[in-house]
Amino acid sequence: MTIAQDAQTNVTLRQSGWWKRNQRKLMPWLFLMPGILLFAVYVLWPIMSSISISLYQWDGLSPATYVGLENYIELMDDEEFYTALWNNVRWLVCFMAAVPIGLALALFLNQVVFGIRVIKSLFFFPFVISQVVIGLVFTWFYEPNYGIIAPLLNLVGLEGWAILADEDYATYGIIFAGLYPQIAYCMILYLTGLNNVSADQIEAGRMDGATGFSLFWNIILPQLRPATFIAVVVTIIGSLRSFDMIAIMTQGGPWGSTNVLAYFMFEQALSEYGYRMGYGSAIATILFSIMMIYILFFIYRMYRDEKRGL
Amino acid sequence: MFPTPIEKTHPTNQMLYKIALPVALLIWLVPLLGVVMTAVRGSADITSGNLWGVPSEWQAIQNLTDVFTNTPMFMFIMNSFKITIPTVIGAVALSCMTGFALAIYRFKGNLLIFFLFVAGNFIPFQILMIPVRDLTFQIGLYDTVTGLAMFHIAFQTGFCTLFMRNFIRALPYELVEAARIDGASEFKIFWAVVLPLIRPAIAALCVLIFTFIWNDYFWATVLIQGQHAMPVTAGLKSLNGQWISAYHLISAGSIMAALPPVIIFFLMQKHFIAGLTFGASKG
Repeated sequence: MTIAQDAQTNVTLRQSGWWKRNQRKLMPWLFLMPGILLFAVYVLWPIMSSISISLYQWDGLSPATYVGLENYIELMDDEEFYTALWNNVRWLVCFMAAVPIGLALALFLNQVVFGIRVIKSLFFFPFVISQVVIGLVFTWFYEPNYGIIAPLLNLVGLEGWAILADEDYATYGIIFAGLYPQIAYCMILYLTGLNNVSADQIEAGRMDGATGFSLFWNIILPQLRPATFIAVVVTIIGSLRSFDMIAIMTQGGPWGSTNVLAYFMFEQALSEYGYRMGYGSAIATILFSIMMIYILFFIYRMYRDEKRGL
Repeated sequence: MFPTPIEKTHPTNQMLYKIALPVALLIWLVPLLGVVMTAVRGSADITSGNLWGVPSEWQAIQNLTDVFTNTPMFMFIMNSFKITIPTVIGAVALSCMTGFALAIYRFKGNLLIFFLFVAGNFIPFQILMIPVRDLTFQIGLYDTVTGLAMFHIAFQTGFCTLFMRNFIRALPYELVEAARIDGASEFKIFWAVVLPLIRPAIAALCVLIFTFIWNDYFWATVLIQGQHAMPVTAGLKSLNGQWISAYHLISAGSIMAALPPVIIFFLMQKHFIAGLTFGASKG
């Protein structure tokens, strides 16, 4: 560096002053500020607030009374709560079917033939449509007299079977409708994963005499792990978040038999059943705690990858 | 490639595959085809149970006119745009900044803030419902398009930040260092170096957020009460109550409600899928 250049740098440093020297420390906070502020007001604070409301009895208007854990104690004796919880378990288990079915579809479509790109996007297309629309469509499908499946029911001798009015099967009817977009989602995750499977390893596997299922199980599936991980996470979260379909198709009925925690909470806090904010918050807090297990697991995995990557 | 490329298999297999493909597609799309087929019928077909046959009368135009003239459908669609477009712009703009800050700078609390955004993105909506509704009441935005959009911007910032931060992280850091050596200010690095490089991420997020928000139903029922501010999802649900068994109208309305995200998806498919599957192919 020449002396002239050096002098110039000195001048710039002096001119720029405090801001120039500190900008790398301050910049991240300036950039984060608006996002963090909004997120704190609308997401972080409400979580705390909900947990605290769950310790009160409150109708949303008159002053709230502190009742300690009473809302939770009442929940423990509420049969509807157990129905909702049990339905959440059914959702969780049945919804997982989206992962293998999505994988199967992806394997089926992972070919290069004429028009395959359009076919792939048509398979994916249910995911883009609102769950309200999907819910309305399936409600009408299940209609015992005018529905699409009416002829099918007649064929197997179940004329007039109204699935959504059947306490024992209504939930399965809704889950089936919910699976439709979820399968599409898993399929697209696996199609992307399959795109990146290493061709060398497949060749090597074939050289070693692996074919068909053993090739798939030992060589392909391990490489699809990132896709599987995301598919499982979004499916679990999706199943626990299920609300739209239930609100559209049955409103939790018949007689609360299709309720899940998400809908039960809404019903208790914001519907004609009364404005029981404290009780609703207690339900929300329980649902939140259940989901936190998965969220923490997901974050732990991200944290591990971060540490490895740094 | 796995499975074995079809062109390398026995000709019978190839034949079978080429037959199976359209058949599978047809079965898969039955629910959606049903809607389209019903939207073109008249009410006579519905009551007589002619659901899959040739329509006895073709009423596609009339059904659509019916929906638009006899219901506030047009207003619902406009409301959806008024909620969705500001949300897309707001959440993407905010997350460009947060993502940049979290990806480029090392400082205390960086990972903690990042994980808060990530975690917030997966929580159940119900844990936010009562306080957010209350807050919206207090600032006088309950039952308004603005109030709903404000919440959406805040919530979607979580997902967008996760996405942006990881995307910027994957860019070559040397570019930032080179710009610093050239004397670029930190703001200039954001504006002139990073922003042009994250255009694909911006495009992907725009399409994804558009679809998510357009299809939102839960928050529309929590923060909106009257039809004047209702987006199309909630509007459709409320019309469903009026149109008992008028499946041809429900179908026509559903198609209109689904159309904008579907068009955007087909136009920007590459970005949409790249966004949705971000992370599905790397460890």
